[in-house]
Amino acid sequence: MSPLDHKLLRDLWRLKGQAAAIGAVVALGVLMLVMMTGLSASLTETRDAYYERYRLAEVFAPVARAPERLAERLGSIPGVSAVQTRVTGQALIDLPGRLLPVQAQALSLPDSGRPALNDVYLTDGRLPAPAQPDEVLLLRSFARAHGLVPGDHLRATMRGARRSFTIVGLAQSPEFLYTTAPGELVPDDARFGVIWMNRSGLAAAYDMSGAFNEALLGLAHGAGEAGVIDAVDRVLEPYGGIGAYARADQLSSRFVAEEINGIRVTAIAVPPVFLGVAAFLLYIVIGRLVQAEREEIGLLKAFGYTNAEVGAHYFKLILAIAIGGALAGCLGGIASGRAMTGLYTTYYKFPFLVFRLEPVSLVAGVSTGILAASTGGLFVMRRIFSLAPAEAMRPPTPPNYSGSGRIGQGLARVLDVPGRMVLRRLTRQPVRMAGAVVGIGCGMALSAAMITLHAGFDRTIELTYSVIDRSDVTVTFTHPVSSKTLFELARLPGVQRVEAVRHVPVVMRHGRISHRGALTGLPEQPELSRALDTDVRPIALPETGVILSRVLARKLAISPGELLRVDVREGRQPELTIPVAGIADSLLGAPAYMNLDALNRALREPRRVSGAALLIDEGQGPSIHAALQDMPVVAGVSVKSEARDAFVTLMDEGAGTTRYIMGAIAFVITFGIVYNAARVALAERQRDLASLRVMGFSRGEAAFVLLGELAVVTLVALPVGVVLGYFLSFAIAEGFSTDLYQIPVFFDPLSYGQATLVVLGAAVVSGWLVKRDLDRADLVATLKTRD
Amino acid sequence: MTQPAYRTEGLTKVYGEGRSAVHALRGVDLEIPEGEIVVLLGPSGSGKSTLLNIIGGLDRSTDGTAHFRDLCLTGMSDRQLTRYRRDHVGFVFQFYNLMPSLTARENVELVTDIAPHPLDPDDALELVGLRDRRDHFPAQLSGGEQQRVAIARAVAKQPDVLFCDEPTGALDSQTGRAVLRVLTDVNARLGTTLLMVTHAASTAAMAHRVIHFADGRIREVVRNETRVSPEEIAW
Repeated sequence: MSPLDHKLLRDLWRLKGQAAAIGAVVALGVLMLVMMTGLSASLTETRDAYYERYRLAEVFAPVARAPERLAERLGSIPGVSAVQTRVTGQALIDLPGRLLPVQAQALSLPDSGRPALNDVYLTDGRLPAPAQPDEVLLLRSFARAHGLVPGDHLRATMRGARRSFTIVGLAQSPEFLYTTAPGELVPDDARFGVIWMNRSGLAAAYDMSGAFNEALLGLAHGAGEAGVIDAVDRVLEPYGGIGAYARADQLSSRFVAEEINGIRVTAIAVPPVFLGVAAFLLYIVIGRLVQAEREEIGLLKAFGYTNAEVGAHYFKLILAIAIGGALAGCLGGIASGRAMTGLYTTYYKFPFLVFRLEPVSLVAGVSTGILAASTGGLFVMRRIFSLAPAEAMRPPTPPNYSGSGRIGQGLARVLDVPGRMVLRRLTRQPVRMAGAVVGIGCGMALSAAMITLHAGFDRTIELTYSVIDRSDVTVTFTHPVSSKTLFELARLPGVQRVEAVRHVPVVMRHGRISHRGALTGLPEQPELSRALDTDVRPIALPETGVILSRVLARKLAISPGELLRVDVREGRQPELTIPVAGIADSLLGAPAYMNLDALNRALREPRRVSGAALLIDEGQGPSIHAALQDMPVVAGVSVKSEARDAFVTLMDEGAGTTRYIMGAIAFVITFGIVYNAARVALAERQRDLASLRVMGFSRGEAAFVLLGELAVVTLVALPVGVVLGYFLSFAIAEGFSTDLYQIPVFFDPLSYGQATLVVLGAAVVSGWLVKRDLDRADLVATLKTRD
Repeated sequence: MTQPAYRTEGLTKVYGEGRSAVHALRGVDLEIPEGEIVVLLGPSGSGKSTLLNIIGGLDRSTDGTAHFRDLCLTGMSDRQLTRYRRDHVGFVFQFYNLMPSLTARENVELVTDIAPHPLDPDDALELVGLRDRRDHFPAQLSGGEQQRVAIARAVAKQPDVLFCDEPTGALDSQTGRAVLRVLTDVNARLGTTLLMVTHAASTAAMAHRVIHFADGRIREVVRNETRVSPEEIAW
């Protein structure tokens, strides 16, 4: 080992605290990169493999009732490679010990053989036997949530008829990677079931013998999706086709795609912040080291070492820190990636999900870590190269502060002399100080943004379940019924208020943009389920026009006053043109509200409702639920408290835990910056501080000169962090928000207070560490050495 | 004879332990009278700087006692040593140790702000002939000027004792003589006791008393009957 390498090792040991702090920042950047890219690759590949192996349809075409012979016509559409028709229906499952039946979807499987499309992955038991209409497969997550196993019996209501089934197997399906209760967005295994049974049995139950009510289509490689959808719609239209849609619009598929997209956004956006901070820190720390070792550098050059050799020596130091950090980051990335896949399988029902280590992301992680660090180092190299041997051997000239005298001269007059020392150092190196301020600001911003987002989730829960929706129970009817049904509901003992709702499935179009969704018809002045404006005031629904949620208006690029084309996918399926009357703020979904009477008029279906929101006397809940269950028109009942609980559980167990991780990450960044700034300040001012001590200044007084600077930098960084955090939280919320759910952002003083505590905590810890070193410093040795 | 400024008995300083122990001072007994210029001479490692550091309150002895007037330095706490330096002692080092972020005047103010009976900073700079350079930062001053500011800073609090460790070590002969002139002037005008550590034997000629060190012990104490002025010193 060359003497220079010995020096390298000793330098590393001497700088271990700083090296570790910088390494940690590099590590975090690489960790995020490795974890996020690995996670996105794992999810993408697993999903794609799952879709392919179990042949998930690429086009879904629901229809009222179409004869089986149409399958052949569908198959002959150019671009279609496979067709599978099936029967689907809504069912209510009765579970012992549960008052409310659980809504379920019943799906048919071919009487014999596997389906051509949308196959199931059998995890337990067996498929229903061919001529056994009472045997069913059950969605595994639902079965688990209720402790059901093959051999158990299940009671369900199909089209008003109570039936008893035997569970013969449990299954998973690529169609149900993500399951939510109908009309909800948060997964809840217990409140949504899927039943698979033989086609003949299910067709009998839903009066679909010789017919189907959903066609699944696979596409040939390179086939145009839009063209096929148009052709399918033309074929099915006479039979009550309500519009075919692509896999991307299928709910579960959309959720998974949005999730993967969110991870990709994070993988691109977050690591550069860490790596940038690490580059800045290395620049400062190695720059300081080079400054301190001018003599050694001059000496080496005088001995005949080339610029490249001397440069390489310092560059190795940078590399050692960067590689160390990057490797730690890779290991951490793999570990946290594995942990995250565990978390993902709770919400996304993959049959298997193995964290796939992306060799590319490892290489990318390590190389970007090193690249970022090197960028910081290159600026220092320039200084090494420009140092002439003779210059390096001369005694140091004191850093020139004469230019700084003017800045803040007025301020200087009111400060005592130590105060002036702090002030002049701050103003002498404005760029470096600004760098430190921005760096700490970034740490604060990251922490503030993350805490704000989580406060946003709390607010979502509050707004959605207490302000927007003030009902206790929501009833869905099997089909649009006469509003007289509401009187029946109102007559039930314990029901305090009934409010009509009508959901109409539609495709909204504006120019070339379209959106599959629903129009929600509400009374003019709804009390239980309301549209709110930005100031959380209820919006009265006008006689004409539609109120769009902000996210929907943005997606359709439409503003109030413009005309919206609406293709109704129900009943006579009219095409309507409706002016946009206003914009509402919603947090879940992308609703479009209309005055119920106006909606029914436009559909020429007066006094129709598809559901109702109920306010009930909690004490009479059981009897109300029992009564609802006996009404044939009731397709489902959802209790708001259950939906709310599912959301709260998600926040507490899943996404909620990340707030602590983010807090820790922000702490590491802030600590890395403050600690390094403090160490560098200490190194540069050791002589000044020792002189002060020799002159009779106490430890506290000397520490003031050192830590005062840090305190000012940290305090200046706080408002910077608030501003950066404010914008960052919008950017992140924007990145994560989809038309399925929106993450609200608002200025939450408490969140910023917590972020401030994180930053101050990091500053206090670094200040304490550095002061400890200052107290231990050997005064005499410091003063007798040249700088 | 009046009470001496310093009195040490059996002062010992050992660095390290066991076989690697280095004996910097091996039992030094010494008296330094008030108001004198005392030069400590000796080769590197002879113990002169160690003695200066201990009686200057910068370091602690391993054994023996050291008194400044009635104060026992060897038993003092860290806080008391700080107080002692603050109230009684001034230091001048080879490498000036000025605060680069403060002007000449402000460097002096640093001391006058915390001293009980300081000189006016401008007067202190006048003493070293740098009154007109008072608003300059160290980077704008030559090496000799920086050292004179360091002296002005050290004497501005009117210390009882001024410790100088190789004050001319980094200077050329002409500037070196100018700095020594300033030091003798301070001693003559303010009556400050001056302890100076140096390698340069010729400097000894300006002292009242010369203490020769070798191997951690005092080899010889010489009293100069006739002193030469700094300008006459051979460099």
